[in-house]
Amino acid sequence: MELYGVMKIVWWLLLGVLLCGIGVMVGMDMGIGASLTYLGRNDGERRSVLNMIGPHWDGNQVWFILGGGAVFAAWPTIYATAFSGLYIVMLVLLWSMIVRPLGFEYRSKLPSPRWRKAWDAMLFVSGAVPMIVFGAAVGNMLKGVPFHFDWQMQSFYTGSFIWLFNPFSVLCGVMALALALFQGATMVMNRGEGAVYDRARRLVTVSGIAALVVFTGAGIWVSRLAGYVITSPVDPSQPANPLGKTVAHTAGAWLSNYQAHPVLWVLPALVYVAVIVGIVLANRRRSHAAWWFGALAWIGTLGTAGAAMFPFMMPSSSNPSQSLTVWDASSSETTLLWMLLFTAVFIPLIAIYTSWAFWVMRGKVNPESIEGDEHAY
Amino acid sequence: MTVDPAVVELSRIQFAATALYHFIFVPLTLGLAFLLATMETIYVVTGREIYKEMTQFWGKLFAINFALGVATGLTMEFQFGTNWSTYSHFVGDIFGAPLAIEGLMAFFLESTFVGLMLFGWNRMSRGKHLFVTYMVALGSNLSALWILIANGFMQSPEGASFDPFTMRMQLSSFTNLIFNADAQAKFVHTSIAGYVTASIFVLGVSAIYMLRNRHVELARRSFRIAALFGVFATIGVITLGDGLGYIDGLNQPQKLVAMEGLWKTEKAPAGMNLIAWPDQQAQKNDWAVKIPYVLTPLVTHTFTKSIPGAIDLERQARHRIENGIPALIALKRLSNDPSDQAALTQFQAHQSDLGYALLLERYAPDVSKATPAQVEKAAKASIPPVFPVFWSFRLMVLAGFSMLALMILAVIHSLKRTEMRHRWLLRTAAWFIPVPFLACEFGWLVAEMGRQPWTVFGMLPTWFSVSTHTVPYMAFSLAGFVTLYSIFIVIEMYLMVKFIRQGPSEGGPPPAERSDSGYAFVVGE
Repeated sequence: MELYGVMKIVWWLLLGVLLCGIGVMVGMDMGIGASLTYLGRNDGERRSVLNMIGPHWDGNQVWFILGGGAVFAAWPTIYATAFSGLYIVMLVLLWSMIVRPLGFEYRSKLPSPRWRKAWDAMLFVSGAVPMIVFGAAVGNMLKGVPFHFDWQMQSFYTGSFIWLFNPFSVLCGVMALALALFQGATMVMNRGEGAVYDRARRLVTVSGIAALVVFTGAGIWVSRLAGYVITSPVDPSQPANPLGKTVAHTAGAWLSNYQAHPVLWVLPALVYVAVIVGIVLANRRRSHAAWWFGALAWIGTLGTAGAAMFPFMMPSSSNPSQSLTVWDASSSETTLLWMLLFTAVFIPLIAIYTSWAFWVMRGKVNPESIEGDEHAY
Repeated sequence: MTVDPAVVELSRIQFAATALYHFIFVPLTLGLAFLLATMETIYVVTGREIYKEMTQFWGKLFAINFALGVATGLTMEFQFGTNWSTYSHFVGDIFGAPLAIEGLMAFFLESTFVGLMLFGWNRMSRGKHLFVTYMVALGSNLSALWILIANGFMQSPEGASFDPFTMRMQLSSFTNLIFNADAQAKFVHTSIAGYVTASIFVLGVSAIYMLRNRHVELARRSFRIAALFGVFATIGVITLGDGLGYIDGLNQPQKLVAMEGLWKTEKAPAGMNLIAWPDQQAQKNDWAVKIPYVLTPLVTHTFTKSIPGAIDLERQARHRIENGIPALIALKRLSNDPSDQAALTQFQAHQSDLGYALLLERYAPDVSKATPAQVEKAAKASIPPVFPVFWSFRLMVLAGFSMLALMILAVIHSLKRTEMRHRWLLRTAAWFIPVPFLACEFGWLVAEMGRQPWTVFGMLPTWFSVSTHTVPYMAFSLAGFVTLYSIFIVIEMYLMVKFIRQGPSEGGPPPAERSDSGYAFVVGE
């Protein structure tokens, strides 16, 4: 394979890394937002929960922003087609997400209980909704989305917006929410005490079991979904133009990669192992390790979906031959190479200073520890 | 392919509204981060607690402003894909890269360290905390750099060319993209505009305290730092604005025409319209107050170069449209058969004017059958709306010079320690708080409205850049943003005013008024 083809695969894998980053880091904060009123029963407890991620949610959220930017840079056709095609879904995602920074920053600025309860509700919405939409977006990719291009590569979405919330995609959304709750709850165990800690531990068990049930159900559903296969010759290094191939829409096609490479079954197996081990560790009060197993569960889940679809990224259900694949939706070779250079330099740096930030702010948070702290949430 | 003109207009309104709104918060973040770093540096060097108190107080206002900057920035990141999908496909290969690098290099840095800056006061040594504050300032400024590199490409598309086999522009030189003169000048002009904004903000709020005789120690010191920082920043922003005008004159003569109300090409050295009443329909100014000879040296930095007027530029556009038509026709043939050599040759001969053919496509969906009247219409559309650009530019410049005057007076009186005796100065400073924000908004309007009818100058027309949505979709999303953003600004202003009133305080956020019982009721325990 020529360099360009290799770069496309590298960027497909990096997209996976980014999506896992979003799931783990943003999902953790959103899981905490979505379960805030369960974890904290009074204002002191809620504030202590918020302050556990108070110094970090902003940095974590950049995974999401970088995700958008990287898709734009490396997969511009996907960015253009998916963001415009899934229009209403994207608006729901965006509107729920932009409330979150205000929820964190403004909630505790005023003493009024009505004010704080209103923001608690906002934090619930801005935690649960984006995660459901994130999962549902992946679900819609598995199903295929009705879109096509004209000769000038203007894209047209021909479905209704309500269709995007089909039962299968919503099920995938619930999966994402369950993993987010798992991740958030292990984080709260890391930095929480007493009643908050015990509730978080219960939440780890419940969300973990829910994730496994939903994952199993979605897996069976996927095996019966009609998948997509490219039926014309493929040149991985071809110019990125999705209009020059033919694609068949056939039942069971999403299993063909697994049949060809049985080693891929490791990915779905990883989800079961990671979640079960995570639950056991959390119940033995080893929440730091459980957090890392939560991250593995994300890798397994997104890996399972990615391996099923490869090389498809965004199949078109209405015009399958115009589906977007790894080979025809990427940037040019020059852009992919430059972006790889920047990624190779900056991702390690980001990992270093993010770890330092978590280390500086380590330790337990309780209502007493934040009292009198001018900058606490 | 034709796009409903109402969808184009709604997309433009939505972009302008959300970008202008985002741009209320960004300049303050950019500048205040450096002012915080300056105050904290003085604290670390002198060890005097008052400077720590200052850093923490202004830091609190910084945080309130920052949250909304982050929230509204998310919208911008989405909007290219949701509302401008053809644009995103057409230039994503180039435009996406600086946005992604912004995330990697700048936004991660800024956002990770802002948490430590606000929460880490008691967890780090003074030196480490100072380092963290500088990282926030560095991150926010790097962020502006990469965003303006992306914008620079829209103003003056360098380092890329159109590829007929992928139907989009592709990157040819990364270094040309990042060292684009337009981008560099714009970055410096814009980030320094942020320093001016923050200086006036700190100056004005400090003046309010002095007028009320509250927190005088903190206010006088803040006033002096803001005035010193601000006087240099204001001089810088004006000087670099002139540099930017020079570059625009070279790269975007149409924008210059709109900024200066130039209709006919005048013999050099041309005069400048100090103020005028431009009439685009009649292609003349109804009246104008003119200063002879000054425009040519101001814009071209020579006495002899001529500055083309709108009428001449329109004639040039007509030629370029006619030359571009064969490129678009050849492109269509290539899309049917990529191996069509004749079509490729024809495309290559005319590709420099492909963008102008796309401009015509709005008025003549099949450009091969375009009538002279349609070509005329497209040529007319190649001149940006003169009136709003002309006046936005003047208001921005007026704001710039009046802020400079204020800054100079503030520095003089602050250094003579007489600022408290001149209540008119303090009152003026307080009333000036909205001015830099307005100047930033006007600057955005000049830059982006002056680029019309293009999203990527000379390459990609605005009408062709939008997503193929229907009017109800666009109306729905616009209504949603207007509602949300209106609520946000009310909350933000309320908190800002409240915390400015409250002033520097001891202790953390107040406990909830009715403690646990209220929540127990809600939760059902």
